Parts: sequence; structure tokens; C-alpha cells
Amino acid sequence: MSASAVHSLWTTAAEPISKIDAPKIEYAQLSPTLIVIGAAVVGVLIEAFVPRKSRYYAQVFVAVVALAAAFSAVVALAASGYGTTKAHIAAMGAIAVDGPALFLQGTILLAGILGVFTFAERRLDPQAHGNRVDAFAAQASAVPGSDTEKAAVKAGFTTTEVFPLLLFAISGMLVFPSANDLLTLFVALEVFSLPLYLLCAVARRKRLMSQEAAVKYFLLGAFASAFTLFGIALLYGYAGSVSYATIAHVVDGTITNVDPALAGTMGNDVLLLIGTALVVMGLLFKVGAVPFHMWTPDVYQGAPTPVTGFMAAATKVAAFGALLRLLYVVLPGLRWDWRPVMWAVAVVTMLGGAIVAITQTDIKRLLAYSSIAHAGFILAGVIATSPDGVSSVLFYLGAYSFVTIGAFAVVTLVRDAGGEATHLSKWAGLGRRSPLVAAVFAVFLLAFAGIPLTSGFAGKFAVFKAAAEGGAGALVVVGVISSAIAAFFYIRVIVLMFFSEPKPEGPTVAVPSPLTMTAIAAGVAVTLVLGVAPQYFLNLASQAGVFVR
Amino acid sequence: MENLIALLIAAPLLGAAVLLCGGRRLDAVGQWIGTVLAAASFVVAVVLFADMLGKSPEDRTFTQHLYSWIAVGNFRADVGFQLDQLSMTFVLLITGVGSLIHVYSIGYMEHDERRRRFFGYLNLFLAAMLLLVLADNYLLLYVGWEGVGLASYLLIGFWQHKPSAATAAKKAFLVNRVGDMGLSIAIMLMFTTFGTFAFGPLLGTEGHPGIAGDATEGKLTAIGLMLLLAACGKSAQVPLQSWLGDAMEGPTPVSALIHAATMVTAGVYLIVRSAAVFNAAPDAQLVVTVVGGVTLLFGAIVGCAKDDIKKALAGSTMSQIGYMVLAAGLGPIGYVFAIMHLVTHGFFKAGLFLGAGSVMHGMNDEVDMRKFGGLRKYMPVTFVTFGLGYLAIIGFPGLSGFFSKDKIIEAAFAKGGTEGWILGGVALLGAAITAYYMTRVMIMTFFGEKRWQPDAEGHEPHPHESPSSMTIPMIVLAFGSVFAGGFFSIGDRFLHWLEPVTGHSEGDSPVSALTVTLATMVLLVVGAGIAYLQYGRSSVPVTAPRGSLLTRAARRDLYQDDFNHVVLVRGGEHLTRSLVYVDHTLVDGVVNGTAASVGGLSGRLRKLQNGYARSYAVSMFGGAAILVAATLLMRAV
Repeated sequence: MSASAVHSLWTTAAEPISKIDAPKIEYAQLSPTLIVIGAAVVGVLIEAFVPRKSRYYAQVFVAVVALAAAFSAVVALAASGYGTTKAHIAAMGAIAVDGPALFLQGTILLAGILGVFTFAERRLDPQAHGNRVDAFAAQASAVPGSDTEKAAVKAGFTTTEVFPLLLFAISGMLVFPSANDLLTLFVALEVFSLPLYLLCAVARRKRLMSQEAAVKYFLLGAFASAFTLFGIALLYGYAGSVSYATIAHVVDGTITNVDPALAGTMGNDVLLLIGTALVVMGLLFKVGAVPFHMWTPDVYQGAPTPVTGFMAAATKVAAFGALLRLLYVVLPGLRWDWRPVMWAVAVVTMLGGAIVAITQTDIKRLLAYSSIAHAGFILAGVIATSPDGVSSVLFYLGAYSFVTIGAFAVVTLVRDAGGEATHLSKWAGLGRRSPLVAAVFAVFLLAFAGIPLTSGFAGKFAVFKAAAEGGAGALVVVGVISSAIAAFFYIRVIVLMFFSEPKPEGPTVAVPSPLTMTAIAAGVAVTLVLGVAPQYFLNLASQAGVFVR
Repeated sequence: MENLIALLIAAPLLGAAVLLCGGRRLDAVGQWIGTVLAAASFVVAVVLFADMLGKSPEDRTFTQHLYSWIAVGNFRADVGFQLDQLSMTFVLLITGVGSLIHVYSIGYMEHDERRRRFFGYLNLFLAAMLLLVLADNYLLLYVGWEGVGLASYLLIGFWQHKPSAATAAKKAFLVNRVGDMGLSIAIMLMFTTFGTFAFGPLLGTEGHPGIAGDATEGKLTAIGLMLLLAACGKSAQVPLQSWLGDAMEGPTPVSALIHAATMVTAGVYLIVRSAAVFNAAPDAQLVVTVVGGVTLLFGAIVGCAKDDIKKALAGSTMSQIGYMVLAAGLGPIGYVFAIMHLVTHGFFKAGLFLGAGSVMHGMNDEVDMRKFGGLRKYMPVTFVTFGLGYLAIIGFPGLSGFFSKDKIIEAAFAKGGTEGWILGGVALLGAAITAYYMTRVMIMTFFGEKRWQPDAEGHEPHPHESPSSMTIPMIVLAFGSVFAGGFFSIGDRFLHWLEPVTGHSEGDSPVSALTVTLATMVLLVVGAGIAYLQYGRSSVPVTAPRGSLLTRAARRDLYQDDFNHVVLVRGGEHLTRSLVYVDHTLVDGVVNGTAASVGGLSGRLRKLQNGYARSYAVSMFGGAAILVAATLLMRAV
């Protein structure tokens, strides 16, 4: 290369720096996320500066207020038309503010508030050295069983860091379904995943299991993230942009000018297909679809139960939101390529989750497999590729998250000397000993099974209807068969609770504080209201079911 | 004024609720509550009737919409009432006769411990029957239809400690279910054919013809036949007549109210109400007339051979309803006369049953007529009222039955052609047999020498007149038996009253009305004369003689029960046994096999979940590879 050529390279590289414009950020429209991130930062400051005794109260207060404020912001945005007529793309094309985004953010925030309630529960475990304790380890860094740990317990330490971690996770989840470019998507993915890995590791009881779960989740999550990132790179190579809109335009052929730097790859469909498959795989990992589901049972079982409940509900909402946006906004032009593959994934997910759940003996693992089967049902709605499909998935996610948090909250109540009694054999005869708790759990199980008059039925009906009308009749047949299989193990638990003799050494049902009670009551109320009178919420979901492009 | 319609039903419904839920506290006053509420309903009916008479015949249809019952998509069922001249006729009959029978039951059931419950059931029946005739759509009618079935079941089996009563109740219920299936199928057919089952759009209102005639004749015939099946069940028409005789196990007021005067006529109501369907389906109409004609003879023949006074009357009921169904099948020629005969029959048959009850009351609940005889001296009021009812039913000139039955016979001839001759002949023959068996009942019960004997415990019966709570209703009904027919017929009052609803046309009769009347008279005298020769001139043996082949067949209800037993019961047993076998081996095998294989699959798949992060990662990697490959493959294909 000649000297002048080198020089010209030098000069062209230096020149345009003066032309950077200040980014335009619509702070008001991003306020839900910003409030939660701000509160998370405040939570970190609380850990640093507030005396240990008061931290718990300060953290719970900040978290609840922040989530409630963020929810109000979502409602205000929706009320002023950002969900429908004023939907647009904010933050220089990075974040979409539209119906699905607001609907899912609202759902995540409500799930988050209930999550905080279950996190803050301190009456279930017996007091340790005169201190009330929650579900989290006294000091997460202490080696399980070590003297350090004992000293921490004796000193009455608690891991109040879980609240800022929860808020960080929620902030990532809020961005995830509204991300409008692949990089924002990836950053949001990591922002909500990393706190969850940590949260999984901090169980007070069965800490080794908890840590094992966290490590597995982290390793596999990192593995999946790598695939996702690789997929993003390939898509960039294909379109010359990470923006959803640009990629969509390249896919449907409205943008044809080729970036000279990407001349070798741009418009190459192989890159597009592989990239799509890998990004979708990352999202399928998060929703727990077969064959990327293997982490689910281990992590659900090992994580502290309040974390499991929150994670099972909110992660699914966020990840399905992102998946919907990706498939509906970026790839509608690729419908005929991705649909059959997603068909297959949905079929194996529904059947796999339902079949393996049959032989589970641990209630948390059982619910984990049930969540896998539900991921399959929701995928059926995703595949409908119609406005009804979107709205039915939104409704399903809303209904499902409340049932899930409620069900896991009930699991925290049934205890024996070793903590939560999660083995199914211990649940025998629970209905005799504690009819109310058993009845509430039965309501949740019936909702999972999709029995009429529960939200599960309304959701499943909406999803299957959308799928059938979208030409996926065979999928609906498989869905119904899986539902029948799934009904078996849900009903089996009910039979176990109500029609088996209680064991003499059976677990006791702890009386929770009003916090957990509120979470459970809200779960039951939403389950029944959405089951008996779903129409208002179905309408809401269908109004919110249009993506902005 | 129209808002009163709901009150008609509400009064007895309230009574039923109070009496059945009230507990023992109400034992002492139960009969009064029930009777007052039944009478209240009758008063409301009279008020509505007066109001209706004040309007011109075109404005006599009252409607009241209560609320929307079920509304799903285009399926819409309302709870609403329609009161027109047809329903009004029934309402007056039901509440009027019903109230009288409540009064009668005060005396009749005086010594029964479960009297409160009995009146609760009676009120329940009234409410259901009123719902049946007041509903403004077929689905609501079906509710009333099932309601009267339930009340009938409860009342037939009221003395449930008697196995025969319990069995009879069950039999009535089961046989009625067959008919009910017909009604439900008919309603479904209507909905799929017309998209509605409301009377208004379907059958038409004043000046607006309904859409019932728009369907193909095949569909209308199907609907008509299903409605007929329903009518056969409720009205004890061949082939579903077998339950009515056994239903006499119930207390006699029940037999009078439900199994003679009102409920069993629901089938006739159904056919006449559905006139718009039947008018457009001549084949279905023909079947209706055939059913009516066959039952007419069937019931009459059975009635000739029974020694049990109530069963003889039950056969007669069957036969008389056969007349009504026959008339209803004739179409516009016969609808009015079917209903007219229904009303007069309501009077005289209720009166006859109450008379029979009065006789039993005085004779230690004996029902065998061979052990009666000469009772006219001991029970003068019963004898006179029963006697007037007897004269009415056989069609003695000037009494109710004479007018209404004669009209049906004329209408049958007016059908025209061979059918007209056959139907008219059957109706005439029936009149002769009616005269025969009713004269037989009359003579065996009230004339001849005393034949009563001590019962098993050695108690000699002491026949006596019944208390006034029983005789007064009998007297009132006797008035109806004597004068109702004449009142209705003179000046064609009843015809003008009902015509706006049912329509009417004069047929073209090949024989003159006078000829028919004369022929009826002659046959009446012949029938009654034979009975007199057989039972009046010679003594009646206390134990029944073996009798001829026909007598023995008639005693066994013409072998209908045997037929049912062999074909339906045995056949059904075989069918269920083989179905159970198939269920156990094939169905359970498949189900359990599936469950086992799913469980096995589950156990094997579970092993994939081995807890090692590395194998999970491999599975994810494999999954990703398949995903990528499949996506590429989709494009290649």
C-alpha cells in the first residue's frame, strides 16, 4: 500500500467526528424502565449506607414503591394512547413503545410486586437466634455449613441484596420485550439473566443444591447467550444493521443498496436463516422450550422458591414478548421458513413437558415440567401469525404468571423440619389437615390444567382458537392431547391432597404474613376473574396486540 | 296486567319451596298453605281471563319477558311467557281443577304423616305445568315438561314404602324419558333448521305467519314425529302408554289431577301448539291420527277388563286422550275440538277419579270392583256425582261429553276419503266400547248386591259418605261435567274463543252431523245394554272368572308389558352386558395401555435429565444444530 493511500485512510477516518448528533431520548416514554433501574441503584446505595437493621424495611419499601410507580407509568402511557394510536419507536430506534410492550411490561411489573411480597416473607421459617429469617441465605458468600455461615446466622445477617437484584432483573425484563434492535435485545437479556443467576444461588436451606442450580443456570445461560450473539452477528452480516426495521426491510426486499464493507455477505439468505435460528434458539432457551429446557427442572428445584415463582412467571413473559416481536416485526417475510420449525418445537415441547411431568415426585420439578408444557401451548399461539395469535399469547402470559406465582407461594407454605416439604408423598392428605391451602392450590392446579372457570381455560382456549384459525389445526390436536396428559398429573396432586390419608409425620402448613397471603390471594382472584369473565381482558389484550414497526 | 303472568307460576312455586324446605314446623298448616297458594293462582287466572275477555280477539295474546336466560352467539333462550286463548284455557283448567283437588286432598290425606310434603309436590306440579303452558319458547316449555315429569314421579311414588308404588314411579319416569328424548331432539332440529325455537318467530303471531312452514317437508315431518314421540310419552299414547296404569299406585287425588285432568293432556297441548309445524307436514299428521285411533281402542279394550276401579278409569283416560290426539291430528278441522274435549274430559274424569277416591275412602282403600256393589245407598253424593260423570263420559245427550266427543267423531269423518271413514269408524266403535266399560264400572260399584268382605285383619268395611272437603269438589266438578259441553257448544262459543290461535276449517263430511249423532246414540245404547246384560242382570262373581282369550289379553294390557320386558328390558340387558364387556376389555385396555405406555415413555425420557450440565449443553448444542439445519432445509424444500 502506497503512502498516499495510507494517508487518505488516515484522513478519512479522522474527518466525520464532528458530525455526531446528540441522541434524542424520550424519557417520559421510557419512564417505567428508568424508574426501576433508578430504584435498583438506590437499593445498592441502601446496602452501602443504611444500617443493617433497617435495610430490609428500606429495601422492601423502595422496591414496592418503585414497582408501583413504574406500573402507574405504564398505565398512564397506555391511557394516553401509546399502546394504540401513538405507538412509536423511541430512543433512536432502540426501544419500541407499543401495545404489546406496555401490556407485557405491566404484567411483569405486577408479577414483580407479588415477587417482592414473596421475597419479603419472614414468618415461615422459625426464628434463628431471635431474628426473623427469610428464604435467603444469611451470607451468600459463606461456604455452606462453615463457621462463617454459622456466625452470620448468629449475627442475624440477611441477604437484602436480593431486592436490588430483583429490580435489576425486572428492568432488563422490561426492556427485553420492547427492544427494537438486536443489541438492545442482547443487553437486556444479560441485564435480566445475571441477577437471576445470582438469586438462584442464595437459598437459605439446601444451599448446595441452590448453588449447583445457579452454576448450571449460569453455564447453560452463557452457552445460550453465545449462540444468540453469534446469531446477531450473522444477522448483521446479512442486513448491515442490527435494527429490527432495517433487517425487516432487507428481508422483504425494500432495501437493496449494499454496504460495500459487507458486499460479500449482505443479502445472503444462508446468513439470515442461520442467524435467525440461533437468535430464536437463545429465546427458546429462556422460555424453556424443548430441547433447550434441560436447565428448567434443576433450576426450579434448586432456586429459593420465591425466586422460582418470580422467575417462572416473569422470565416467560419477557422472553415470549421478545420472541413475538422478533418473529412478527423482523421476520414476517420469513414466515414459511420459521413456521414449520417452530411447529416442531411446539409439538415436542408440549408433549415432552407433559409426558415427563407424569413421573415427577417433587412438586417444584413437577411445576417446572408443567411450565415447559405451557411454553409449548404459548408457542402454538405464537405460530398463529395473526393479530389474534398475539393477543391470545398476551392474555395467556398474563393469566399464567399470576397462577405460577400463586402456586409457588403455596409451595413455600408446606413445610417440615427440613424446610419446604416438596416431595409429593408429603402432600398426601393435605386437604384434610389444611383445607383452605389445599383448596387454593387445587384452584391453581385446575388453572394449569385448563379447566373451565379458571384463567387457564380462557387462555388455552384463546391460544388454541388463534392457532386453529391460523391454520395450525394439527398443532391444536397435539395441544389438546398434551393437555389431557397434563391434566392427569395435576388432578393426581388434587387426588393426593384430598383423597389420601394424611401421613402421621406429615408436614405442617405455616401461617404466612400478610405479604405472602396477598400474593396468593391476588393469584386466586386473578385466576378466577380471568376464568369467569375473561372478555374484558381479552379485549384489552386484543387492543394491545399490534406491534409498531 | 300482563305482569301478572309470572305471578301465576310464582304462587305455587313459592308454595312448593316453603313446604318442601320449611321442615316439620309447617306440618300442621302445610295443607292450608298449599291450598291457598293454588287458589291464589286460580284467582290471578280468573283476573287475567276477565281482562282477556275485555279485549278484541286479535289483542288477546299477552306476553311477558322476564330475562334472557342463555345467550351464546346466535343461540338465544329467554325466560318469557305467552298467554293467549290456548294457554288461558289450560291455565284455567289447571288452576281450577288443581285448586279443587287441593281442597279434596285436605280430607283425603288427612291421616297421612307426610301430608305437608304431598302438598308441596302438588304445588310443584302446578308451577311446572303452568310453566309448560305459558312458556313462549320450546326450551322453556321443556323445563316445564321435565318439571311435571319430576312431580309426577314424586307423586306416583309418594307411598314409596310400597314396592309397587316405587316401581311404578320408576317405570313412569323411564318411559317418559323416551318421550322427553323426542322433545329434546325436536328442539334441536328446530334450532338447526330455523335458528330459533321461540314461538313468536317460529309459529307466527297475529298477522305475521311464522317461519315454521318454510323448511322442507322432510324436516318438518321429522320435527313433527319427534314432537309426537314426546306427546306419546307424556300423554300415555301407544306405544308409550304402559306407565299410566301403574301410575294409579299414587294417591287418588294425584291420579285425578295429574294422570287424568292435566299433565297427561300436555301432549295434546304440544301438538296443538305446534299446529304450524303439523299443518305443513301431512305425513306426521297422519301418524298422529293413527296413534290416536290405536290408543283410543287400546285404552277402551283394556278398560273393559280391569277389575281395579282406578285402572279401569286409567284405561278410559288413555282412550279419551286418544280421541284428543286423533282430533289434533286432523289439523284445523280438529284442533278446537281436541281442546274442547280436553277441557270437558278434565271435568268429568277428575270427577270420576275423585268419586273413585271417595269410594275407596269409605271402603278401607279397596280398589277391586268385584268387592263393591250396592254402594249407592251408602254414598249418595258420591253416587250422584259419579253418575253424572259417567253420563258425561259415555256421551249422554246434553251432557259435556256428548258435545265434545260428537264433534270429534264428525271431524274424523270430515277428514274425507278412506282415512275419514276408517278414523270415523274407529271413533264410533270407541264410543260404543266406552259406554260398555263405563256402564260396567257403574253397575259393579253402585248397583247389585253388596259383595264386600272383611279385609285381612278382619275389619268389616263400613261404607260411608266422605267429608264435605271431598264431596264439595266432586259436586263442583259434576256441574262442569253436566254443563261445560253445552256452554261451550251453544253458539260455538269455544270455537270462536280458540279459533284465532289454532285456526279452524270445516271439513267436507260425507255423512251429516245428524247421522253421526244418531249412530253414536245407537252404539251407546248397544254398549251400555251389553254391559247391563252381563253385569246388571246376573250376579258378579267375587273372584274374576278366567274369561275369554281377549279378556285375559286385556287384563294384561294386551301384553304390552310382556312385549316391553322381552324386547326392551331383556334386549337392553344384553346390550349393556356386551357394552360393559367391550368397555372392560377393549376400551379399558386401550386406555390403560396408553396410560402405561405414556408412563413408560415418561420414565425413559426422565433418564435424559441426568443432572450433568455437560450433557445438558450437548443437548442444547444438538438442538441448535437441528434448528439451524431444519431452517435451512425448509428453504431448500
